[in-house]
Amino acid sequence: MRRVRVALAGAAVAALVAGCGGDPAGGPAGASGGVTGTVSVFAAASLTESFTRIGRDFEAAHPGTTVVFNFAGSSALATQINQGAPADVFASAAALTMATVTEAGNADGTPATFTRNQLVIAVPAGNPKGITGLADLADRGVKVALCADQVPCGAAARSALDAASVALTPVTLEQDVKGALSKVTLGEVDAALVYRTDARAAAAKVTGVEFPESARAVTDYPIVALRDAPNPAGGRAFVEYVRSGRGQAVLAEAGFQAP
Amino acid sequence: MPRTDTPAPPRVRPPRPRPGIPVGLLLPAALGLVLLTLPLIGLLARTPWADLPRRLTEPGVLTALRLSLLTATLATLFCLLLGVPLAWLLARVRFPGRRLVRALVTVPLVLPPVVGGVALLLVFGRRGLLGGWLDATFGITLPFTTAGVVLAEAFVAMPFLVIAVEGALRGADQRYEEAAATLGAGRWTTFTHVTVPLVAPGLAAGAVLCWARALGEFGATITFAGNYPGRTQTMPLAVYLALETDLEAAVVLSLILLTVSVAILAALRDRWITSP
Repeated sequence: MRRVRVALAGAAVAALVAGCGGDPAGGPAGASGGVTGTVSVFAAASLTESFTRIGRDFEAAHPGTTVVFNFAGSSALATQINQGAPADVFASAAALTMATVTEAGNADGTPATFTRNQLVIAVPAGNPKGITGLADLADRGVKVALCADQVPCGAAARSALDAASVALTPVTLEQDVKGALSKVTLGEVDAALVYRTDARAAAAKVTGVEFPESARAVTDYPIVALRDAPNPAGGRAFVEYVRSGRGQAVLAEAGFQAP
Repeated sequence: MPRTDTPAPPRVRPPRPRPGIPVGLLLPAALGLVLLTLPLIGLLARTPWADLPRRLTEPGVLTALRLSLLTATLATLFCLLLGVPLAWLLARVRFPGRRLVRALVTVPLVLPPVVGGVALLLVFGRRGLLGGWLDATFGITLPFTTAGVVLAEAFVAMPFLVIAVEGALRGADQRYEEAAATLGAGRWTTFTHVTVPLVAPGLAAGAVLCWARALGEFGATITFAGNYPGRTQTMPLAVYLALETDLEAAVVLSLILLTVSVAILAALRDRWITSP
Protein backbone atom coordinates (compact mmCIF):
# COMPACT_ATOMS: atom_id res chain seq x y z
CA MET A 1 0.00 0.00 0.00
CA ARG A 2 2.65 2.38 1.06
CA ARG A 3 4.77 1.58 -1.92
CA VAL A 4 1.95 2.47 -4.25
CA ARG A 5 1.14 5.61 -2.32
CA VAL A 6 4.75 6.64 -2.32
CA ALA A 7 5.08 6.06 -6.04
CA LEU A 8 1.93 8.01 -6.80
CA ALA A 9 2.85 10.84 -4.49
CA GLY A 10 6.32 10.96 -5.98
CA ALA A 11 4.91 11.07 -9.49
CA ALA A 12 2.46 13.78 -8.51
CA VAL A 13 5.20 15.87 -6.94
CA ALA A 14 7.45 15.37 -9.94
CA ALA A 15 4.66 16.43 -12.30
CA LEU A 16 3.85 19.49 -10.24
CA VAL A 17 7.46 20.52 -9.94
CA ALA A 18 8.03 19.98 -13.64
CA GLY A 19 4.96 22.06 -14.42
CA CYS A 20 6.22 24.78 -12.13
CA GLY A 21 9.61 24.90 -13.80
CA GLY A 22 8.12 26.65 -16.82
CA ASP A 23 6.51 29.27 -14.61
CA PRO A 24 8.65 32.42 -14.56
CA ALA A 25 7.38 33.24 -11.06
CA GLY A 26 8.21 29.77 -9.84
CA GLY A 27 11.83 30.38 -9.08
CA PRO A 28 13.42 31.67 -5.92
CA ALA A 29 14.15 35.01 -7.55
CA GLY A 30 10.47 35.98 -7.31
CA ALA A 31 9.16 39.49 -6.97
CA SER A 32 10.26 41.66 -4.05
CA GLY A 33 12.89 39.09 -2.97
CA GLY A 34 10.14 37.17 -1.19
CA VAL A 35 9.27 33.52 -1.37
CA THR A 36 7.06 32.31 -4.20
CA GLY A 37 6.32 29.23 -6.23
CA THR A 38 5.90 25.63 -5.27
CA VAL A 39 7.64 24.24 -2.22
CA SER A 40 7.98 20.44 -2.24
CA VAL A 41 8.15 18.96 1.21
CA PHE A 42 9.01 15.29 1.78
CA ALA A 43 7.82 14.47 5.29
CA ALA A 44 7.48 11.41 7.52
CA ALA A 45 4.02 9.82 7.56
CA SER A 46 3.54 10.67 11.26
CA LEU A 47 3.66 14.38 10.34
CA THR A 48 0.72 14.11 7.90
CA GLU A 49 -1.91 15.92 9.97
CA SER A 50 0.29 18.63 11.52
CA PHE A 51 2.33 19.42 8.40
CA THR A 52 -0.80 19.69 6.27
CA ARG A 53 -1.98 22.41 8.65
CA ILE A 54 1.42 24.08 8.79
CA GLY A 55 1.51 24.03 4.97
CA ARG A 56 -1.79 25.90 4.79
CA ASP A 57 -0.58 28.46 7.34
CA PHE A 58 2.66 28.89 5.41
CA GLU A 59 0.78 29.54 2.17
CA ALA A 60 -1.30 32.17 3.94
CA ALA A 61 1.82 33.80 5.39
CA HIS A 62 3.58 33.76 2.01
CA PRO A 63 1.03 34.59 -0.70
CA GLY A 64 1.98 33.12 -4.05
CA THR A 65 3.39 29.94 -2.60
CA THR A 66 2.00 26.44 -2.85
CA VAL A 67 3.22 23.70 -0.55
CA VAL A 68 3.15 20.20 -2.00
CA PHE A 69 3.66 17.25 0.35
CA ASN A 70 4.95 13.77 -0.18
CA PHE A 71 4.13 11.87 3.00
CA ALA A 72 5.61 8.38 3.41
CA GLY A 73 7.90 6.34 5.60
CA SER A 74 11.10 8.27 6.29
CA SER A 75 13.37 5.66 4.73
CA ALA A 76 11.32 5.49 1.53
CA LEU A 77 11.55 9.29 1.28
CA ALA A 78 15.30 9.24 1.91
CA THR A 79 15.69 6.68 -0.90
CA GLN A 80 13.65 8.88 -3.25
CA ILE A 81 15.73 11.96 -2.39
CA ASN A 82 19.00 10.11 -2.80
CA GLN A 83 17.78 8.81 -6.17
CA GLY A 84 17.21 12.38 -7.33
CA ALA A 85 13.57 13.18 -6.58
CA PRO A 86 13.00 16.95 -6.83
CA ALA A 87 12.36 18.09 -3.26
CA ASP A 88 13.04 21.27 -1.30
CA VAL A 89 12.65 20.03 2.27
CA PHE A 90 13.05 16.70 4.05
CA ALA A 91 11.50 16.15 7.49
CA SER A 92 12.38 12.73 8.88
CA ALA A 93 11.11 10.75 11.85
CA ALA A 94 14.57 9.35 12.52
CA ALA A 95 18.05 10.81 12.80
CA LEU A 96 19.46 7.67 11.24
CA THR A 97 17.38 8.11 8.08
CA MET A 98 18.35 11.77 7.88
CA ALA A 99 21.99 10.68 8.08
CA THR A 100 21.66 8.72 4.81
CA VAL A 101 20.64 11.98 3.09
CA THR A 102 23.38 14.11 4.64
CA GLU A 103 26.01 11.47 3.99
CA ALA A 104 25.01 11.34 0.34
CA GLY A 105 25.67 15.09 0.24
CA ASN A 106 22.06 15.98 -0.51
CA ALA A 107 21.39 18.31 2.43
CA ASP A 108 21.85 22.07 2.32
CA GLY A 109 23.30 22.78 5.76
CA THR A 110 22.97 20.79 8.96
CA PRO A 111 19.66 19.17 9.92
CA ALA A 112 17.96 20.61 13.00
CA THR A 113 15.74 18.71 15.42
CA PHE A 114 12.41 20.53 15.18
CA THR A 115 10.22 18.30 17.33
CA ARG A 116 10.14 15.10 19.38
CA ASN A 117 7.70 12.27 19.76
CA GLN A 118 7.18 9.70 22.49
CA LEU A 119 5.56 6.29 22.61
CA VAL A 120 2.29 5.48 24.33
CA ILE A 121 0.40 2.20 24.64
CA ALA A 122 -2.55 2.38 22.28
CA VAL A 123 -5.50 0.32 23.52
CA PRO A 124 -9.08 0.11 22.23
CA ALA A 125 -11.25 2.98 23.50
CA GLY A 126 -12.18 2.42 27.12
CA ASN A 127 -9.18 0.16 27.74
CA PRO A 128 -11.15 -3.11 28.12
CA LYS A 129 -8.12 -5.09 29.33
CA GLY A 130 -7.24 -2.48 31.95
CA ILE A 131 -3.68 -1.97 30.75
CA THR A 132 -1.73 0.50 32.86
CA GLY A 133 1.89 -0.08 31.92
CA LEU A 134 4.39 -2.04 29.86
CA ALA A 135 4.43 -4.96 32.32
CA ASP A 136 0.75 -5.66 31.55
CA LEU A 137 1.66 -6.27 27.89
CA ALA A 138 3.63 -9.40 28.83
CA ASP A 139 0.47 -11.12 30.13
CA ARG A 140 -0.39 -14.25 28.20
CA GLY A 141 -3.90 -13.16 27.29
CA VAL A 142 -2.79 -9.84 25.81
CA LYS A 143 -2.15 -9.64 22.07
CA VAL A 144 0.37 -6.95 21.21
CA ALA A 145 1.40 -5.36 17.91
CA LEU A 146 4.78 -3.65 17.68
CA CYS A 147 6.56 -1.96 14.81
CA ALA A 148 9.39 -3.98 13.26
CA ASP A 149 12.86 -3.21 14.59
CA GLN A 150 13.87 -1.82 11.20
CA VAL A 151 11.47 1.16 11.40
CA PRO A 152 11.84 4.05 13.88
CA CYS A 153 8.80 3.25 16.02
CA GLY A 154 10.04 -0.34 16.39
CA ALA A 155 13.50 0.76 17.47
CA ALA A 156 11.90 3.10 20.03
CA ALA A 157 9.63 0.31 21.28
CA ARG A 158 12.63 -1.97 21.69
CA SER A 159 14.48 0.67 23.77
CA ALA A 160 11.43 1.28 25.95
CA LEU A 161 10.85 -2.44 26.58
CA ASP A 162 14.53 -2.93 27.37
CA ALA A 163 14.44 0.03 29.76
CA ALA A 164 11.47 -1.55 31.53
CA SER A 165 13.04 -5.05 31.40
CA VAL A 166 9.84 -6.38 29.86
CA ALA A 167 10.12 -9.34 27.52
CA LEU A 168 7.08 -9.92 25.36
CA THR A 169 6.19 -11.82 22.24
CA PRO A 170 4.12 -9.66 19.92
CA VAL A 171 1.74 -11.32 17.47
CA THR A 172 2.96 -9.07 14.68
CA LEU A 173 5.82 -6.70 13.82
CA GLU A 174 4.23 -4.06 11.62
CA GLN A 175 5.88 -2.23 8.76
CA ASP A 176 4.97 1.19 10.13
CA VAL A 177 3.27 2.86 13.05
CA LYS A 178 -0.03 3.29 11.22
CA GLY A 179 -0.09 -0.45 10.59
CA ALA A 180 0.33 -1.14 14.31
CA LEU A 181 -2.35 1.41 15.15
CA SER A 182 -4.83 -0.05 12.65
CA LYS A 183 -4.51 -3.46 14.31
CA VAL A 184 -5.83 -1.77 17.48
CA THR A 185 -8.61 0.18 15.75
CA LEU A 186 -9.74 -3.03 14.04
CA GLY A 187 -9.74 -4.80 17.41
CA GLU A 188 -7.32 -7.53 16.32
CA VAL A 189 -4.84 -6.80 19.10
CA ASP A 190 -5.30 -5.60 22.66
CA ALA A 191 -2.46 -3.11 22.60
CA ALA A 192 0.22 -1.59 20.40
CA LEU A 193 3.15 0.72 21.03
CA VAL A 194 2.62 3.79 18.84
CA TYR A 195 3.55 7.46 18.96
CA ARG A 196 1.49 9.70 21.19
CA THR A 197 0.55 11.77 18.13
CA ASP A 198 -0.84 8.72 16.32
CA ALA A 199 -2.93 7.71 19.33
CA ARG A 200 -4.24 11.26 19.63
CA ALA A 201 -5.15 11.41 15.93
CA ALA A 202 -7.23 8.24 16.39
CA ALA A 203 -8.71 9.36 19.73
CA ALA A 204 -12.23 8.32 18.71
CA LYS A 205 -11.29 4.63 18.69
CA VAL A 206 -8.09 4.44 20.67
CA THR A 207 -6.97 5.41 24.16
CA GLY A 208 -3.33 6.27 24.68
CA VAL A 209 -1.86 4.94 27.94
CA GLU A 210 1.25 6.85 29.01
CA PHE A 211 4.10 4.93 30.59
CA PRO A 212 7.26 6.25 32.29
CA GLU A 213 9.78 4.25 30.25
CA SER A 214 8.80 6.08 27.05
CA ALA A 215 11.01 8.95 28.27
CA ARG A 216 13.92 6.58 27.60
CA ALA A 217 12.96 6.19 23.96
CA VAL A 218 12.22 9.65 22.65
CA THR A 219 12.29 10.01 18.86
CA ASP A 220 13.90 13.15 17.43
CA TYR A 221 12.55 14.58 14.17
CA PRO A 222 15.21 16.38 12.09
CA ILE A 223 14.40 18.74 9.22
CA VAL A 224 16.68 20.15 6.52
CA ALA A 225 16.53 22.09 3.25
CA LEU A 226 17.91 20.10 0.34
CA ARG A 227 20.86 20.88 -1.89
CA ASP A 228 19.41 20.26 -5.35
CA ALA A 229 16.18 22.00 -4.42
CA PRO A 230 14.08 23.38 -7.30
CA ASN A 231 13.04 26.19 -4.94
CA PRO A 232 15.85 26.72 -2.39
CA ALA A 233 14.50 29.97 -0.92
CA GLY A 234 11.06 28.40 -0.49
CA GLY A 235 12.59 25.36 1.18
CA ARG A 236 14.59 27.42 3.66
CA ALA A 237 11.56 29.58 4.44
CA PHE A 238 9.46 26.49 5.13
CA VAL A 239 12.08 25.05 7.48
CA GLU A 240 12.17 28.39 9.30
CA TYR A 241 8.39 28.46 9.54
CA VAL A 242 8.19 24.96 11.02
CA ARG A 243 10.71 25.93 13.69
CA SER A 244 8.95 29.23 14.43
CA GLY A 245 6.43 29.70 17.21
CA ARG A 246 3.47 29.22 14.88
CA GLY A 247 4.77 25.94 13.49
CA GLN A 248 5.64 24.67 16.95
CA ALA A 249 2.17 25.52 18.23
CA VAL A 250 0.57 23.27 15.60
CA LEU A 251 2.96 20.44 16.44
CA ALA A 252 2.32 20.80 20.18
CA GLU A 253 -1.41 20.61 19.59
CA ALA A 254 -0.95 17.31 17.75
CA GLY A 255 0.91 15.87 20.75
CA PHE A 256 4.50 16.49 19.71
CA GLN A 257 7.03 17.78 22.22
CA ALA A 258 9.28 20.80 21.82
CA PRO A 259 12.86 19.92 20.83
CA MET B 1 -9.77 -55.25 -50.55
CA PRO B 2 -6.83 -53.02 -51.03
CA ARG B 3 -7.61 -49.50 -50.16
CA THR B 4 -5.66 -48.07 -53.02
CA ASP B 5 -4.07 -49.62 -56.01
CA THR B 6 -1.30 -47.15 -56.22
CA PRO B 7 0.54 -45.74 -53.31
CA ALA B 8 -0.08 -42.13 -52.65
CA PRO B 9 2.58 -39.91 -54.11
CA PRO B 10 5.05 -38.65 -51.56
CA ARG B 11 3.74 -35.46 -50.17
CA VAL B 12 6.01 -32.63 -51.07
CA ARG B 13 5.23 -29.30 -49.57
CA PRO B 14 5.62 -26.51 -52.03
CA PRO B 15 8.23 -24.13 -50.64
CA ARG B 16 6.18 -21.38 -49.13
CA PRO B 17 7.71 -17.95 -48.79
CA ARG B 18 8.29 -17.31 -45.10
CA PRO B 19 6.34 -14.24 -44.24
CA GLY B 20 8.45 -11.55 -42.68
CA ILE B 21 7.61 -10.47 -39.17
CA PRO B 22 5.60 -7.29 -39.39
CA VAL B 23 7.35 -4.35 -37.76
CA GLY B 24 4.02 -3.31 -36.33
CA LEU B 25 4.16 -6.41 -34.11
CA LEU B 26 7.88 -6.75 -33.60
CA LEU B 27 8.46 -3.25 -32.27
CA PRO B 28 5.81 -3.27 -29.52
CA ALA B 29 6.76 -6.86 -28.67
CA ALA B 30 10.37 -5.85 -28.18
CA LEU B 31 9.35 -2.80 -26.13
CA GLY B 32 7.10 -5.00 -24.02
CA LEU B 33 9.94 -7.37 -23.32
CA VAL B 34 12.22 -4.47 -22.40
CA LEU B 35 9.60 -3.08 -20.01
CA LEU B 36 9.29 -6.44 -18.30
CA THR B 37 12.99 -7.23 -18.05
CA LEU B 38 14.59 -3.82 -17.46
CA PRO B 39 13.69 -3.70 -13.73
CA LEU B 40 15.19 -7.17 -13.37
CA ILE B 41 18.41 -5.90 -14.92
CA GLY B 42 18.30 -3.00 -12.47
CA LEU B 43 18.13 -5.51 -9.62
CA LEU B 44 21.00 -7.54 -11.03
CA ALA B 45 23.10 -4.43 -11.49
CA ARG B 46 22.74 -3.50 -7.82
CA THR B 47 23.34 -7.00 -6.46
CA PRO B 48 26.35 -7.28 -4.15
CA TRP B 49 27.50 -10.61 -5.57
CA ALA B 50 30.36 -11.12 -3.13
CA ASP B 51 27.91 -10.82 -0.29
CA LEU B 52 25.44 -13.31 -1.70
CA PRO B 53 26.56 -16.54 0.02
CA ARG B 54 26.71 -14.85 3.43
CA ARG B 55 23.21 -13.38 3.02
CA LEU B 56 21.84 -16.71 1.89
CA THR B 57 22.98 -18.46 5.03
CA GLU B 58 21.46 -15.89 7.38
CA PRO B 59 18.87 -17.88 9.33
CA GLY B 60 16.00 -15.44 8.83
CA VAL B 61 16.29 -15.63 5.06
CA LEU B 62 15.82 -19.38 4.76
CA THR B 63 12.97 -19.28 7.28
CA ALA B 64 11.14 -16.68 5.21
CA LEU B 65 11.86 -18.54 1.97
CA ARG B 66 10.61 -21.83 3.37
CA LEU B 67 7.48 -20.17 4.70
CA SER B 68 6.87 -18.48 1.34
CA LEU B 69 7.17 -21.74 -0.62
CA LEU B 70 5.02 -23.62 1.89
CA THR B 71 2.21 -21.07 2.06
CA ALA B 72 2.15 -20.45 -1.71
CA THR B 73 1.90 -24.19 -2.35
CA LEU B 74 -0.82 -24.71 0.26
CA ALA B 75 -2.70 -21.72 -1.10
CA THR B 76 -2.51 -23.18 -4.62
CA LEU B 77 -3.82 -26.56 -3.42
CA PHE B 78 -6.63 -24.78 -1.59
CA CYS B 79 -7.43 -22.81 -4.75
CA LEU B 80 -7.43 -26.00 -6.87
CA LEU B 81 -9.80 -27.66 -4.42
CA LEU B 82 -12.32 -24.82 -4.55
CA GLY B 83 -11.43 -23.02 -7.76
CA VAL B 84 -11.69 -25.88 -10.27
CA PRO B 85 -15.27 -26.76 -9.31
CA LEU B 86 -16.12 -23.07 -9.40
CA ALA B 87 -14.62 -22.74 -12.88
CA TRP B 88 -16.55 -25.83 -14.00
CA LEU B 89 -19.77 -24.36 -12.66
CA LEU B 90 -19.17 -21.11 -14.52
CA ALA B 91 -18.25 -22.84 -17.77
CA ARG B 92 -20.74 -25.71 -17.88
CA VAL B 93 -23.85 -24.84 -15.91
CA ARG B 94 -26.36 -22.22 -16.91
CA PHE B 95 -27.85 -20.59 -13.89
CA PRO B 96 -29.41 -17.22 -13.19
CA GLY B 97 -26.85 -14.63 -12.14
CA ARG B 98 -23.95 -16.44 -13.75
CA ARG B 99 -22.55 -13.23 -15.20
CA LEU B 100 -22.69 -11.60 -11.80
CA VAL B 101 -20.90 -14.56 -10.22
CA ARG B 102 -18.24 -14.38 -12.90
CA ALA B 103 -17.73 -10.69 -12.17
CA LEU B 104 -17.56 -11.39 -8.43
CA VAL B 105 -14.81 -13.93 -9.00
CA THR B 106 -12.60 -11.18 -10.42
CA VAL B 107 -13.14 -8.83 -7.45
CA PRO B 108 -9.84 -9.77 -5.77
CA LEU B 109 -8.06 -8.81 -9.01
CA VAL B 110 -9.26 -5.22 -8.90
CA LEU B 111 -9.26 -4.83 -5.14
CA PRO B 112 -6.00 -3.36 -3.81
CA PRO B 113 -4.51 -6.26 -1.80
CA VAL B 114 -4.35 -4.18 1.38
CA VAL B 115 -8.08 -3.58 1.12
CA GLY B 116 -8.46 -7.33 0.60
CA GLY B 117 -6.54 -7.83 3.84
CA VAL B 118 -8.80 -5.43 5.72
CA ALA B 119 -11.86 -7.13 4.23
CA LEU B 120 -10.56 -10.51 5.41
CA LEU B 121 -10.07 -9.05 8.90
CA LEU B 122 -13.64 -7.76 8.86
CA VAL B 123 -14.83 -11.32 8.21
CA PHE B 124 -12.30 -13.57 9.94
CA GLY B 125 -10.90 -11.15 12.56
CA ARG B 126 -11.73 -11.31 16.25
CA ARG B 127 -14.63 -8.90 15.77
CA GLY B 128 -15.34 -10.11 12.25
CA LEU B 129 -18.55 -11.55 10.84
CA LEU B 130 -17.35 -15.15 11.21
CA GLY B 131 -14.17 -14.73 13.25
CA GLY B 132 -15.82 -14.52 16.66
CA TRP B 133 -17.98 -17.56 15.94
CA LEU B 134 -15.02 -19.56 14.60
CA ASP B 135 -13.07 -18.75 17.73
CA ALA B 136 -15.89 -19.51 20.15
CA THR B 137 -17.04 -22.71 18.42
CA PHE B 138 -13.85 -24.28 17.10
CA GLY B 139 -11.12 -22.27 18.79
CA ILE B 140 -9.85 -21.22 15.37
CA THR B 141 -8.22 -17.81 15.01
CA LEU B 142 -6.79 -16.92 11.62
CA PRO B 143 -5.15 -13.49 11.91
CA PHE B 144 -1.45 -13.63 12.79
CA THR B 145 -1.20 -17.34 11.93
CA THR B 146 0.37 -19.25 9.03
CA ALA B 147 -3.13 -20.43 8.09
CA GLY B 148 -4.02 -16.76 7.83
CA VAL B 149 -1.18 -16.26 5.33
CA VAL B 150 -2.51 -19.16 3.24
CA LEU B 151 -6.02 -17.71 3.31
CA ALA B 152 -4.83 -14.23 2.31
CA GLU B 153 -2.75 -15.66 -0.55
CA ALA B 154 -5.60 -17.88 -1.72
CA PHE B 155 -8.00 -14.94 -1.72
CA VAL B 156 -5.73 -12.89 -3.94
CA ALA B 157 -4.56 -15.73 -6.20
CA MET B 158 -7.72 -17.78 -6.81
CA PRO B 159 -9.12 -15.60 -9.63
CA PHE B 160 -6.07 -16.40 -11.75
CA LEU B 161 -6.83 -20.12 -11.44
CA VAL B 162 -10.57 -19.81 -11.97
CA ILE B 163 -10.23 -17.61 -15.05
CA ALA B 164 -7.58 -19.87 -16.64
CA VAL B 165 -9.53 -23.08 -15.98
CA GLU B 166 -12.84 -21.59 -17.08
CA GLY B 167 -11.23 -20.47 -20.32
CA ALA B 168 -9.81 -23.95 -20.89
CA LEU B 169 -13.19 -25.56 -20.17
CA ARG B 170 -14.98 -23.30 -22.61
CA GLY B 171 -12.39 -24.07 -25.26
CA ALA B 172 -12.57 -27.84 -24.69
CA ASP B 173 -14.65 -30.00 -27.00
CA GLN B 174 -17.74 -31.01 -25.04
CA ARG B 175 -18.42 -33.98 -27.34
CA TYR B 176 -15.88 -36.03 -25.39
CA GLU B 177 -17.90 -35.50 -22.25
CA GLU B 178 -21.10 -36.34 -24.12
CA ALA B 179 -19.51 -39.49 -25.50
CA ALA B 180 -18.41 -40.53 -22.03
CA ALA B 181 -21.94 -39.97 -20.76
CA THR B 182 -23.36 -42.04 -23.63
CA LEU B 183 -21.02 -44.85 -22.68
CA GLY B 184 -22.48 -44.84 -19.21
CA ALA B 185 -20.05 -42.74 -17.24
CA GLY B 186 -21.56 -40.78 -14.39
CA ARG B 187 -21.08 -37.03 -14.20
CA TRP B 188 -18.39 -37.35 -11.54
CA THR B 189 -16.48 -40.00 -13.49
CA THR B 190 -16.81 -37.92 -16.62
CA PHE B 191 -15.43 -34.93 -14.76
CA THR B 192 -12.44 -36.74 -13.27
CA HIS B 193 -11.62 -39.01 -16.22
CA VAL B 194 -12.52 -36.90 -19.23
CA THR B 195 -12.93 -33.23 -18.39
CA VAL B 196 -9.90 -32.79 -16.12
CA PRO B 197 -7.43 -34.53 -18.49
CA LEU B 198 -8.90 -32.53 -21.36
CA VAL B 199 -8.17 -29.21 -19.70
CA ALA B 200 -4.95 -30.30 -18.02
CA PRO B 201 -2.74 -27.73 -19.79
CA GLY B 202 -5.07 -24.89 -18.85
CA LEU B 203 -5.31 -26.27 -15.34
CA ALA B 204 -1.54 -26.40 -15.01
CA ALA B 205 -1.14 -22.91 -16.42
CA GLY B 206 -3.75 -21.59 -14.00
CA ALA B 207 -2.12 -23.34 -11.06
CA VAL B 208 1.28 -21.91 -11.98
CA LEU B 209 -0.15 -18.38 -12.26
CA CYS B 210 -1.95 -18.87 -8.98
CA TRP B 211 1.21 -20.11 -7.26
CA ALA B 212 3.30 -17.25 -8.63
CA ARG B 213 0.77 -14.67 -7.49
CA ALA B 214 0.57 -16.26 -4.03
CA LEU B 215 4.36 -16.29 -3.75
CA GLY B 216 4.63 -12.57 -4.42
CA GLU B 217 1.66 -11.61 -2.22
CA PHE B 218 2.38 -8.71 0.13
CA GLY B 219 -0.49 -6.36 0.93
CA ALA B 220 -3.23 -8.75 1.99
CA THR B 221 -0.74 -10.88 3.91
CA ILE B 222 0.75 -8.12 6.03
CA THR B 223 -2.68 -6.64 6.70
CA PHE B 224 -4.49 -9.85 7.55
CA ALA B 225 -1.74 -12.11 8.94
CA GLY B 226 0.72 -9.51 10.18
CA ASN B 227 4.47 -9.93 10.10
CA TYR B 228 6.23 -12.29 12.48
CA PRO B 229 9.41 -14.19 11.57
CA GLY B 230 8.86 -17.91 11.16
CA ARG B 231 5.08 -17.67 11.41
CA THR B 232 3.79 -15.07 8.99
CA GLN B 233 6.84 -13.31 7.58
CA THR B 234 7.05 -14.41 3.95
CA MET B 235 9.81 -13.29 1.58
CA PRO B 236 7.97 -10.24 0.19
CA LEU B 237 7.44 -9.00 3.76
CA ALA B 238 11.09 -9.61 4.61
CA VAL B 239 12.10 -7.72 1.47
CA TYR B 240 9.91 -4.77 2.36
CA LEU B 241 11.33 -4.48 5.86
CA ALA B 242 14.90 -4.93 4.65
CA LEU B 243 14.23 -1.99 2.35
CA GLU B 244 13.72 0.22 5.41
CA THR B 245 17.34 -0.11 6.46
CA ASP B 246 19.43 -1.79 3.81
CA LEU B 247 18.74 -1.53 0.08
CA GLU B 248 21.34 -4.17 -0.80
CA ALA B 249 19.85 -6.70 1.60
CA ALA B 250 16.46 -6.09 0.00
CA VAL B 251 17.93 -6.59 -3.47
CA VAL B 252 19.56 -9.86 -2.41
CA LEU B 253 16.34 -11.16 -0.85
CA SER B 254 14.38 -10.24 -3.99
CA LEU B 255 16.92 -12.02 -6.13
CA ILE B 256 16.72 -15.18 -4.01
CA LEU B 257 12.94 -15.19 -4.29
CA LEU B 258 13.13 -14.58 -8.04
CA THR B 259 15.72 -17.28 -8.65
CA VAL B 260 13.90 -19.92 -6.67
CA SER B 261 10.52 -19.16 -8.20
CA VAL B 262 11.83 -18.99 -11.77
CA ALA B 263 13.69 -22.28 -11.27
CA ILE B 264 10.59 -24.00 -9.93
CA LEU B 265 8.37 -22.58 -12.66
CA ALA B 266 10.83 -23.62 -15.38
CA ALA B 267 11.03 -27.14 -13.98
CA LEU B 268 7.26 -27.44 -13.76
CA ARG B 269 6.76 -26.04 -17.20
CA ASP B 270 8.97 -28.66 -18.80
CA ARG B 271 7.19 -31.37 -16.95
CA TRP B 272 3.55 -30.41 -17.02
CA ILE B 273 2.95 -27.94 -19.71
CA THR B 274 3.70 -29.20 -23.17
CA SER B 275 5.21 -26.32 -24.99
CA PRO B 276 5.90 -26.48 -28.70
